[in-house]
Amino acid sequence: MFLTLSSPARRARGLLAALFAALVLSGCGYNSFQQLDEQVKAAWSEVLNQYQRRADLIPNIVATVKGEANFEQETLTKVIEARSRATSIQATPELVNDPEAFDKFQKAQGELTGALSRLMVVAEQYPNLKANQAFQDLRVQLEGTENRITVARNRYIKTVADYNVLARSFPSNLTAMVFGYKVKPSFTVQNEAQISVPPSVSFDKPASK
Amino acid sequence: MRAAARRLQAALLWCVLACCSVLATAQDVLPVPPLTGRVIDQSATLTAEQVSALSAKLQSIEERRGTQIVVLMVPSTLPEDIAAYAQRVADSWKIGRRDVGDGLLIVVAKNDRRIRVEVAKALEGAVPDAAAGRIINEQIAPAFKANDYAGGLNSAVDRLEQRIAGEGLPAPAPRTGGSRSGRGGFDIQDLAIFLFVGVPILGGILKGIFGRKLGSLLTGGAVGGIGWFLTASALIAAGAGLLALLLVGVMGIGGGRGSRGSGGPIIWGGGGGGFGGGGGFGGGGFSSGGGGDVGGGGASGRW
Repeated sequence: MFLTLSSPARRARGLLAALFAALVLSGCGYNSFQQLDEQVKAAWSEVLNQYQRRADLIPNIVATVKGEANFEQETLTKVIEARSRATSIQATPELVNDPEAFDKFQKAQGELTGALSRLMVVAEQYPNLKANQAFQDLRVQLEGTENRITVARNRYIKTVADYNVLARSFPSNLTAMVFGYKVKPSFTVQNEAQISVPPSVSFDKPASK
Repeated sequence: MRAAARRLQAALLWCVLACCSVLATAQDVLPVPPLTGRVIDQSATLTAEQVSALSAKLQSIEERRGTQIVVLMVPSTLPEDIAAYAQRVADSWKIGRRDVGDGLLIVVAKNDRRIRVEVAKALEGAVPDAAAGRIINEQIAPAFKANDYAGGLNSAVDRLEQRIAGEGLPAPAPRTGGSRSGRGGFDIQDLAIFLFVGVPILGGILKGIFGRKLGSLLTGGAVGGIGWFLTASALIAAGAGLLALLLVGVMGIGGGRGSRGSGGPIIWGGGGGGFGGGGGFGGGGFSSGGGGDVGGGGASGRW
């Protein structure tokens, strides 16, 4: 309504400015940033979702394993501790913008992965558990969840790669600089030094329990 | 100047080399085979009759339930884990209806003695991991141990169908139009733009040349033909043709010369439109519905 008061020339200039801004912003990848940022968020939510699924599964596994009379307590408590550590971290979508918190979260989940796989290996040695259909179902579910986590992490890595390429390549990096879009952290292997050493396999002595 | 050019050349060469090395490492894993049928046996395990019988069974499941199931047998998935391989294959094939996403992939790695049932997200409710695991352990593993590969796969598919039938997925469309639009650049918006921008121009030209009646009829026919080409659906095409006919003939869009006073409304039938089957599954051809999003659900097993 104010526009009707101003002169036609000023109105035309305003319109031109708006048009120019729209063109420049879309030309410099502003819209692509919005789109990819949203995609990264969605991919990250899926990762969190799957980690949550695993965390929900653990009490069932622990309860079933506890039913086994003389189960190795140490392995069990390690899983429980790792789970509580992992779930104590506030997992929010904002985590992707904070590399430090991201690292911590990833580490805690990695520890839980290790503790769980150890538990599953140990459980193999108990014939009762092996014959227990409920436990076997839980094992399959845990495997499936680990699988889903892997897939979700892979998708997150790909989306973040797209985002980071946009944030670092010209001319969209200028847009990133102006609006403060930073490169986002991605998943890495925690024990890079360990896995680059080939494992030593020895059949001489019986495998330690 | 010269030095800069040389440096640029070196940089380009380096880029090309880097690309090559990336390609080389990507070649290390097993490539995803083309989706040539419902049963793809690269391990030469099943006989031709077994393959066609199993394919027929899978086809009838798709006709009744809409779910696409594909069986892939390979000698080995090494160096990859079977779960990772199956995920990659399912990701690139995207079997399952486009709007439902109900695909299911069974991968058998014969020499590794591994099997995986990969379940698309839409079917994770019908076939949860535990159910897939049980089917592997109860149906597939015992039969495979006895070297009865076809029998194991058949009974597994039967069990899977039972589970899918209980899920209440949307019924399959009587004519599978999804197979062609799967490739698809078409949507209804494009057609609308085409109709309202292209038709007046085309109608104007044709009316100028052929006069009102013949011109509008030709426009209708042409629009119908193009619509059929774009959408592969006779119904949409006929509708588009008719609409074009009305626009040009009755409402006088694309105002040609001397069209004012002549003749009443034109009541000839629909302008063109296509006849004949709308593509799809005839002739044994099989293509992915393009919908199944696989998030790592399903189960792996060994025998």
